[in-house]
Amino acid sequence: MTEVGQPHEASPVPPLTGATVGAAALGTAGGSAIDSTVEAGLELKVRSQWSYARSRFLRHRLAMASLIALIVIFGCGIFANYIAPYSYSTIDLTNILHPPTTIAHHYFGTDEIGRDYFSRVIYGIRTSLEVGVFVAFLSSIMGLIIGAVAGYYRGWLDNLLMRFTDLVLTLPALAILLVASALLGQGSQWRVSIILAFFFWTQLARIVRGIFLSLREKEYVEAAKAAGSGDLRIMFRHILPNTLGPVIVNGTLAVATAILTEAALSFLGFGIRPPTPSLGVLVAGGEANPQQWWLTIFPGLTIVLIVLCINFVGDGLRDALDPTQRRVRA
Amino acid sequence: MLAYITRRVLYSIPVLVLSTFLSFVFVSYAGDPLAQLRITPHISQQTIQNLTHQYHLDQPVPVRYWYWVQDVFEHKLGKSLVTLQPIWPDITRTLGHTLQVVLTAELLALVLGVIVGIYSAVRQYSFFDYFFTSFSFLGYAMPVFWLALLLQIAFTDIYLRWHVRIFYTSGLNSTAGGSAWSLDRLQHIALPVVTLCVISFALYSRFMRASMLDVLNTDYVRTARAKGLPEWRVIMGHVFRNALIPITTVAALNIGAVFGGAIITETIFTLDGIGFYFFNRLSALDVYAVMAYLLVTSVMIVLFNLIADILYGFLDPRIRYD
Repeated sequence: MTEVGQPHEASPVPPLTGATVGAAALGTAGGSAIDSTVEAGLELKVRSQWSYARSRFLRHRLAMASLIALIVIFGCGIFANYIAPYSYSTIDLTNILHPPTTIAHHYFGTDEIGRDYFSRVIYGIRTSLEVGVFVAFLSSIMGLIIGAVAGYYRGWLDNLLMRFTDLVLTLPALAILLVASALLGQGSQWRVSIILAFFFWTQLARIVRGIFLSLREKEYVEAAKAAGSGDLRIMFRHILPNTLGPVIVNGTLAVATAILTEAALSFLGFGIRPPTPSLGVLVAGGEANPQQWWLTIFPGLTIVLIVLCINFVGDGLRDALDPTQRRVRA
Repeated sequence: MLAYITRRVLYSIPVLVLSTFLSFVFVSYAGDPLAQLRITPHISQQTIQNLTHQYHLDQPVPVRYWYWVQDVFEHKLGKSLVTLQPIWPDITRTLGHTLQVVLTAELLALVLGVIVGIYSAVRQYSFFDYFFTSFSFLGYAMPVFWLALLLQIAFTDIYLRWHVRIFYTSGLNSTAGGSAWSLDRLQHIALPVVTLCVISFALYSRFMRASMLDVLNTDYVRTARAKGLPEWRVIMGHVFRNALIPITTVAALNIGAVFGGAIITETIFTLDGIGFYFFNRLSALDVYAVMAYLLVTSVMIVLFNLIADILYGFLDPRIRYD
């Protein structure tokens, strides 16, 4: 228990460090007490809030199943080089528009120039994963910083930042994204991700601001101030850890939204450009060949499956990490 | 209340100005409005210089924004620099089509979503509830473009196989300039409407269910039951009416979002709506037409946000505005 030496860091407020007070107190109350209970045959386990959260998540069956499915799907994407039977760009003109078959590993069939769709979908998963994680990471950092500054300093800075957040929320997101990728981001998934991240931070900024607004008034923050901590230390060392629950939940769900949005942009031809395989581009390949159902079904189903699993994992994480935000369960 | 509405409307104005300014700066820096003309062979250098001067393209961007705002008010959104045609007639025509599709879809989604939401809450954890819960989760995870594409492929296939025309899969009318409320039009807009409807329905039914469950657990519902009211009167008179309050806000906000999201659906069904217009103009890098679309969409979003706020204050007397 690292918190033992720093009592001011444990806050009685949800979501994360609530029970660390109890755990830390137990820890300090002494080795001797623990020794004696062990001797008496009772085992006393010191549990942190994280271990409570972990056990809550492990008990969430749907979320666990989704997590396993996600690990398999994303694992395929990460190790695409080893798993995909073909390269995503190998052309085989003797074998075009072949329906799905186990012969020669064309499980998802082939497209109009004979590229293996199974391999392309697997490489597409990798692109989606890169975009989703990068967008979630970038937008979480933006949301955290903006929310933290607004909530901690209040006053005109808060007003300015929150009006800016409102403004971003009233922008027609899809249209601006299309304009941005049409004019700036052609092709590269990193550029597309940066553009996407600009629209994804708003919700997290509002949540983080709310937490900062309430926690900055707490006694432990006052104590830290009295002990001579600077603003940055209080913000990032003392208050920030309490926002981690919502940040993780939001980040997880942002991965799903980013994957969906990237697929839509790429489908319309304004996102990731071929030859980089993206699931959206692959569905567009299905649009070009409406008689070949497999070209539409498989990449689309992959998107649905990924997003569905991420949403379930996000729900499970919300229930595990952030009990105050628990919604009416399905 | 009136003072609140006035203040809220006044607040929308700077929001609109800032949002269009941001879009304008962004679009102007990113794209050259005359790029298309420059590569058109029969347009002379002189014409391009004249246009540059006439449209103040040699001025700094904030100054150009000011000229653009003047253009919006005095010349009804001005002219496209690619086609050199006025933008206004295109916008009004396509906007009408989009509104017809979006409002039909939202109305349908709202009615169905509310009914399913009520029934799911009353029969919580029944087969019905689980079925529509799964359906909603699927709806959240479904990419709009994929759903649209599946519908399009399915109905094209039905037509090619059995020569039965149930719904058309592209366009707006069989003959140019068909009427807005004919069977023919309905057959054309049905699939776009279904696409938009499914996505919104997933949201509304979930939200209505949660909202019903919240109210069902309140004390006054227990009181109503305790004083012997029949269950249907408790549900319809006490629970339903209060559960509707939050969903009006959600619906108003969502309609604004769907309006912006209609780009994808309209593009797939090549429906002559404002989203498809935007898509085409963007592909042609027609900066002023793109700006016109962004303005109209921003106005729609701000308008529906306004409606959401006002409705909320109007329906829930606990909310006070001073």
